[in-house]
Amino acid sequence: MAQPAVAATTPAARGTPIPRSSRDRSETVVKTVLLSFSLLSIVTTFSIVAVLGIEAWGFFTGFPDKPGIGIVPFLTGTEWSPLLGGEQKFGVLPLVCGTLLVTVIAGAFALPIGLVAAIFLSEYAPPRLRMVLKSALEVLAGVPTVVYGFFALAVITPALQRASDAFGTYNALSAGLAVGIMILPIVCSLSEDALRAVPQSLRDGSSALGGTKFDTSVKVVLPAALSGIMASFLLALTRAIGETMIVALAAGGLAQLTMNPASQVQTMTGFIVAIFTGDAQANSVEYASSYAVAATLFLMTLVLTLVGTAILKRFREEYE
Amino acid sequence: MTDVPHVPVGRRILANRLFLAACVVCTGLAVCVLAVLIVSIVMDGVHRLSPDFIANFASRKPDQAGIRAPLVGSIWVCSICALTALPVGVGTAIYLEEFAKRGRLTEFIRINISNLSGVPSIVYGIIGLTAFSRFFGWRAGSDPIEFGNPDSLLYLRLPFGSSVLAGGLTLALVVLPIVIVASQEAIRAVPNSLRQGALALGSTRWQMVSRLTLPASLPMVMTGAILAMSRAIGEAAPILVLGAPLMVLETPSNLMSEFTVLPMQIFNWAGRAKASFQEIAAAAIIVQLAVLMSFNAFAILVRQRLQTPLQ
Repeated sequence: MAQPAVAATTPAARGTPIPRSSRDRSETVVKTVLLSFSLLSIVTTFSIVAVLGIEAWGFFTGFPDKPGIGIVPFLTGTEWSPLLGGEQKFGVLPLVCGTLLVTVIAGAFALPIGLVAAIFLSEYAPPRLRMVLKSALEVLAGVPTVVYGFFALAVITPALQRASDAFGTYNALSAGLAVGIMILPIVCSLSEDALRAVPQSLRDGSSALGGTKFDTSVKVVLPAALSGIMASFLLALTRAIGETMIVALAAGGLAQLTMNPASQVQTMTGFIVAIFTGDAQANSVEYASSYAVAATLFLMTLVLTLVGTAILKRFREEYE
Repeated sequence: MTDVPHVPVGRRILANRLFLAACVVCTGLAVCVLAVLIVSIVMDGVHRLSPDFIANFASRKPDQAGIRAPLVGSIWVCSICALTALPVGVGTAIYLEEFAKRGRLTEFIRINISNLSGVPSIVYGIIGLTAFSRFFGWRAGSDPIEFGNPDSLLYLRLPFGSSVLAGGLTLALVVLPIVIVASQEAIRAVPNSLRQGALALGSTRWQMVSRLTLPASLPMVMTGAILAMSRAIGEAAPILVLGAPLMVLETPSNLMSEFTVLPMQIFNWAGRAKASFQEIAAAAIIVQLAVLMSFNAFAILVRQRLQTPLQ
């Protein structure tokens, strides 16, 4: 009915017509600017890959004046001693081991507690309490990681030392627990989001069939939110692997191949800090090794992020 | 679902109670950790807080040391970070949500942003060092090119070196994915009916975005921006890689000044064995947390002030 009427009006009847071309031109300019902004993120990624790749490649294949380390000895070597006066050894496994040890401790602490707290917040807690607890979590999430490093040194380590003589000033357990506290709010709030996204009808159905709150949350809501929860776990572990300031303060500086939580370890990030705060020459082999370590770290976190995205996509349970 | 094992009602009710208890214990533990964290830091550091502590520069003597340089440095770096990351981040989000057609390039940008958000901040530090401080090795070994007078505000030097500009740009890289994702969510929350209305009235995409979508999503965009800035102001690892000096005895006077930031100063002090340095580290943490709290309070205020109901 209205369609032909509009078509029939003359241009003059529509008010002052804006010249089409000028509108289109400014539209194109805006669109180009915005597109170039979003291409910046791709430029960033390419810079990361190029910088780390080229420097690590130089480290593996050698410089004009120095022999290279080789990619296989780097990835399979079990000794890492780049700064000691004697023979330099560049086997990355002790650093990877240190990173994994800290991450495993952090995960063992934060994942179960975070998930159970998320179930409590989403399924059990009354709205008032939930608001208070969520804001407490937001505070925890905003605390800079260097603060957790200080906390590890000032509170966790002395407590561990009182409990057992095995712990030195620097140990993996203290750093791991501090990293765990750091990732706890990430696990909790992302898991809670996933749980709350499950439609209420599922809960009602379970209750109607006689399920207790426990049955409903653990046997119905939890499986329905599983993809989101797994993604939150992976994100938290990615953060743990890349965490720098806590391990630089509390984990120690000795790279060793051990799974003993009481011993000091050096993580990949901890080594990079040691290089950039120490007095390594900018063209030395140990300096170049930090790029190879950073490339390893980047690849590990990249794989975890991609797996997380894939899980979210693949196993998402769709409800209307 | 044919073979559900029969569990007596009593046991199921017991399981429910036990689980609730476990829930309360876990949540309580998380809250306790927060309480212990705050109480221990306040007990360690509060007696070191004084006007002198804010006004003094760093010193070898813990009794005279203060946080003037790192505090002002943090403000400089955070402002540069905000001025660069926010336009680029919000612009990217607008492009992806309002302009981009579904296609390979758009999908690639999306995946790329989610991957960037997982990159550890220390890796960004290395990239910032290479790209901003050294311009990928351009003019390595020779003197930097200078523009303007070193004493003036407009002084510029290429490459940037360990300057406050390099620091701010590096932090912008760190927070960019956060800004983009938060802004995307904000823009997505604007009801589609508003867009359809604008387009039906003959506005262009940009008119629709600038006069409708962006103002409507502004409270959420601002909240995300403030959270991103509180992340930036707490980052130490990228600044550490850029090579902030251990002791900075002046506040930045232009974009090329040397600088340090509050988290770096905390890191330096916390790493020392002497108890008095631990105390001033705790005092600096109290200042840092106070700054962050005011950021958060500001975010809440913005959210409440600007929020208008949309249908």
